[in-house]
Amino acid sequence: MKILVCISHVPDTTSKINFSDNNTKFDPTGVQFVINPNDEFGLTRAMWFKEKQGAQVTVANVGGADTEPTLRKALAIGADEAIRVNMPATDGFSVAKQLANVVKDGGYDLVIAGRESIDYNGGMVPGMIAGLIGANFVNNCIGLEVDGTSAKAVREIDGGKESVSTSLPLVIGGQKGLVEESDLRIPNMRGIMMARKKPLTVVEPVAVSAETSSVAFEKPAPKGAVTLVSPDNLDELVNLLHNEAKVI
Amino acid sequence: MSVLVYTESEQGNFKKGALEVASYAKAVANQLGTTVTAVAINANDTSALGNYGVDKVLNISNAQLDNFNANAYAAAIKQAAEQESAQVVIVSSSANSKYLAPLLAVGLNAGYVSNVVEAPSSTSPFTVKRTAFTNKAFETTQINTDIKIVGVSNNAFGLVENTGSASAEAFSPSIPELGVTVESVDKATDKVTIADAEIVVSGGRGLKGPENWGMIEELAEVLGAATACSKPVSDLGWRPHSEHVGQTGKPVASNLYIAIGISGAIQHLAGINASKVKVVINTDPEAPFFKAADYGVVGDAFQVVPELIEKLKAFKAQQ
Ligand SMILES: Cc1cc2nc3c(=O)[nH]c(=O)nc-3n(C[C@H](O)[C@H](O)[C@H](O)COP(=O)(O)OP(=O)(O)OC[C@H]3O[C@@H](n4cnc5c(N)ncnc54)[C@H](O)[C@@H]3O)c2cc1C
Repeated sequence: MKILVCISHVPDTTSKINFSDNNTKFDPTGVQFVINPNDEFGLTRAMWFKEKQGAQVTVANVGGADTEPTLRKALAIGADEAIRVNMPATDGFSVAKQLANVVKDGGYDLVIAGRESIDYNGGMVPGMIAGLIGANFVNNCIGLEVDGTSAKAVREIDGGKESVSTSLPLVIGGQKGLVEESDLRIPNMRGIMMARKKPLTVVEPVAVSAETSSVAFEKPAPKGAVTLVSPDNLDELVNLLHNEAKVI
Repeated sequence: MSVLVYTESEQGNFKKGALEVASYAKAVANQLGTTVTAVAINANDTSALGNYGVDKVLNISNAQLDNFNANAYAAAIKQAAEQESAQVVIVSSSANSKYLAPLLAVGLNAGYVSNVVEAPSSTSPFTVKRTAFTNKAFETTQINTDIKIVGVSNNAFGLVENTGSASAEAFSPSIPELGVTVESVDKATDKVTIADAEIVVSGGRGLKGPENWGMIEELAEVLGAATACSKPVSDLGWRPHSEHVGQTGKPVASNLYIAIGISGAIQHLAGINASKVKVVINTDPEAPFFKAADYGVVGDAFQVVPELIEKLKAFKAQQ
């Protein structure tokens, strides 16, 4: 089985978010970048397929050269090779088209992406890849088993979960549950050394037009201070929620 | 030319989110000077849609669509969009709508923007405001394609009533191969889900153990709220995983979020920040949640919550 894990390079949640050029560009100054958490769960599940079922695991990212440390980290965790499509990741649809092209060229059976990236939270890339290559698609995937060309998956739904059966080629939008947090791996020294020798191929993008484009950013208005209510005066809390906030 | 809206139902009844996206579609149609057509799949009674601005309903009734299937639903909505020459397609931010929308975008070759919080600021060019960076910012995004898909963030636009009535028409799209088959569903049907709830009551590690959740459930019941929890609570197995909210759990965009014994770590806040009003109950006045909340009680949950339940019961009895 050939697996492609899509890796998004995102600011760590604890980073302060700032914009430059008159609020039209994200300012990466001082921002710590990480593998998108949803993708990391997927990558770890891919390692399981590699170790238990002999799968071959490639990681791919659409981005500039600045994202390579994130791909190297994925190689250090255990992926066999990496592909970077040399294009800034501007909108979900064009990223999905680049990745769909990588999937077609490489003949992957299983594509593991995250249900959303924590920067733009668009949640569109996995479904679009599936639509573009005509593969089956399971979103919010919290469990996956593959046997030959058939697959069984569990997905989170509002208020619970459901079990589904499907077949390869398959794309999943994965999240926590695919593996548990305690299963996530921190690259060790040997992994980091080996990652340096593993292939990281840079491919040029196919021509796409941007279906959507970013115009400007803004930050939410600063929040007012919290209104404290004494625990001895909870009538006041009920009153505020009813008359001021109007939510009960 | 029209605005098409997918109005989601469950067991034949429209979800509240369906009426919200219908309201949103009406606002867009007014801006464009056109009408609203809704697509309803296996809904019992579509008359309510007229009250939220829908002019026409395409009624799909098909046993193959009894279980949600993203591929089949996307194909049905695509055919409706084509029949109506829809210029804009509106969907909600429910898990199912977010599942089918990217497939629909590929099918219609349409630009899709999710998590949109306001009516378009302009229709030519077509620009919408959406949340980004897990609610730490907003982005104004322009959609450049002929057909546009807008995913509206839950509870962001609200319900806007309209006087009108919707005509209904049967619609029979062709259904593609499903590709993914549902084998079993494990879901509590008697409870309000986090996604649909207007109020969410959430408990953290400060509640000490699963045996103490009785008061959380009671508070939720009094308020007609869904119950949720912080990540460590589900990791410890005190509550089911489906209740875990935050960056790695479910997103919450309710009108009221009540956090009890939750410290307010950034990864927790990232997932619940889209809620309109936040209340925190915590013994520690230094807990970061107080910086994110609108109302706070510095106090012991084991005293505050039971008392709050009594006060709310009295309040509800008066109403
Ligand atoms: C990559 C990553 C992703 C994460 N994703 C999530 C996520 O999706 N969701 C999430 O929730 N967390 C997430 N976390 C974990 C997060 O950082 C916090 O550890 C977690 O939210 C803390 O949960 P808590 O507030 O329940 O527990 P604690 O931080 O232990 O807080 C308990 C609180 O209860 C208060 N308390 C104690 N006793 C009482 C009492 N009697 N009455 C009232 N208050 C009391 C304490 O003062 C304290 O503030 C993530 C972390 C990482 C690194």
